[in-house]
Amino acid sequence: MSDVCIVGAGIHPFGRTEGRDGMDQGVYAVRQALADTGIAWEDVEFAFGGSAASGAADTMVSKLGLTGIQFINVSNGCATGGSALNAAASAIKSGEYEIGMAVGFDKHPRGAFNADPGAYGLPNWYGEAGYMLTTQFFGAKIMRYLHENGLSREALGRVSEKAFRNGAKTDHAWRRSEVDLETIMNAPMISDPLNKYMFCSPAEGAVALILASEKKAKELGGPMICLKTSVMRTRPPGSFEVFAASIDNERGGTATEIAAKAAFEQAGMGPEDIDVAQLQDTESGAEIMHMAENGFCPHGDQEKWLIEGRTEINGALPVNTDGGCLACGEPIGASGLRQVYENVVQLRGTAGDRQVPGDPKTAYTQVYGAPGVSAVTILQR
Amino acid sequence: MNAQPIADNLFTDDNMTALVGARNKQTGHISFPLPLTPNDDIEPIALASRGTVWTYTVQRFPPKTPYAGPADPENFKPYVVAYVSLPGQTMVESRLTGIEPEDVKIGMEVELTAIPLDPDAPASEQKMIHAFQPV
Repeated sequence: MSDVCIVGAGIHPFGRTEGRDGMDQGVYAVRQALADTGIAWEDVEFAFGGSAASGAADTMVSKLGLTGIQFINVSNGCATGGSALNAAASAIKSGEYEIGMAVGFDKHPRGAFNADPGAYGLPNWYGEAGYMLTTQFFGAKIMRYLHENGLSREALGRVSEKAFRNGAKTDHAWRRSEVDLETIMNAPMISDPLNKYMFCSPAEGAVALILASEKKAKELGGPMICLKTSVMRTRPPGSFEVFAASIDNERGGTATEIAAKAAFEQAGMGPEDIDVAQLQDTESGAEIMHMAENGFCPHGDQEKWLIEGRTEINGALPVNTDGGCLACGEPIGASGLRQVYENVVQLRGTAGDRQVPGDPKTAYTQVYGAPGVSAVTILQR
Repeated sequence: MNAQPIADNLFTDDNMTALVGARNKQTGHISFPLPLTPNDDIEPIALASRGTVWTYTVQRFPPKTPYAGPADPENFKPYVVAYVSLPGQTMVESRLTGIEPEDVKIGMEVELTAIPLDPDAPASEQKMIHAFQPV
């Protein structure tokens, strides 16, 4: 079985780009990734790609070139990008292909995602009575988590403060200005305990990654960044997910816990071996929960970690070095691949002002979303 | 005509004294509400009318459609959405009523009631939704 390396990475800046649709942002990212790898589109043997709201990825061949390439569309909710990467890695590991691509892109309208109850198996009254809001789910979930683990609301503000501080140093980020903790804490509430600085927004953006076998990567001659593992998992019984009119009294685990455990086992590593991590931060509470669910710290220690700066760029475990979803926004199809892009840049040592010091060798990503899916990758240089 | 429930099969009866849960005959697992399509494995049961607040949040801005309650941004009144744990059954997502958002506490005891979705609508047009209030 061949090892899989990431030999090229491209990104279309996240945020809002008037006059360029989601698909064209994807094409932009692909061209950048090809140039980064030093290959032509004709050299790419296969692709997996997806978007939630910007059309079928395979149609981008009309822009990139009709090479007859195998191009498979992936539609996996918030794990779309992670699943495309997973499938691309499997295609190379199988030995069938030497070099291929994973791409994700999206362009969402402004404001929170609008949802139809019927699409979730829920009666119309659920929407009419005012429950069909993702923001309520995030608020209710972190409200319980803070209560159970003795964490204060200020911990949520500290996550946002860090996100904007890192975003200010990131070319591809959307929010490029720092916001101080006091301003964050006093902002208008959206869904208690989360206020407007604690939620990411639907946005636009695209990421393309070129993957190759170890043999091919050596031929190409760039830095050897190996994808040690790529794992996608769905939810176990008793998890707490969005748009739930009821949840079980008996509480269970999470998709992230299962994915993280499998990823560490496959990579032959533990959380203590990771030098930099990108964790899903749909809202600040998600980053806090995911610090523990991925095994980086015990439940309840997160506020201490934040106060001590342990997840800052120069801390023991830098988390969300490009500002995460909070600073970059969340184009669903591209979001998980952005995390991997950022880790590639960090492991190459080319992250500029936001570079993690100390020559990081291992990097971790985790994306989580509806309806209870989680995808984890571990990269090693 | 009295105010009517917002939907059939939400409450056990028009007096709105209990919510209808869905019990799986094979596993005994209870959830809420009844599934959209009838299912031979599922039987309706009356859910407990008393429970405790497991968690909550506050809806601070008027939701977009399909929300059908009062949505005027000027006069919007934030509402509390909680998960109420009904012992031995399930946790039901429900509004809380009769309490200010600031006074809600995890673990507090609450009981079922019904409130109009739009208190300003004429009585004959009122749609009643489920809510829990402090005991």
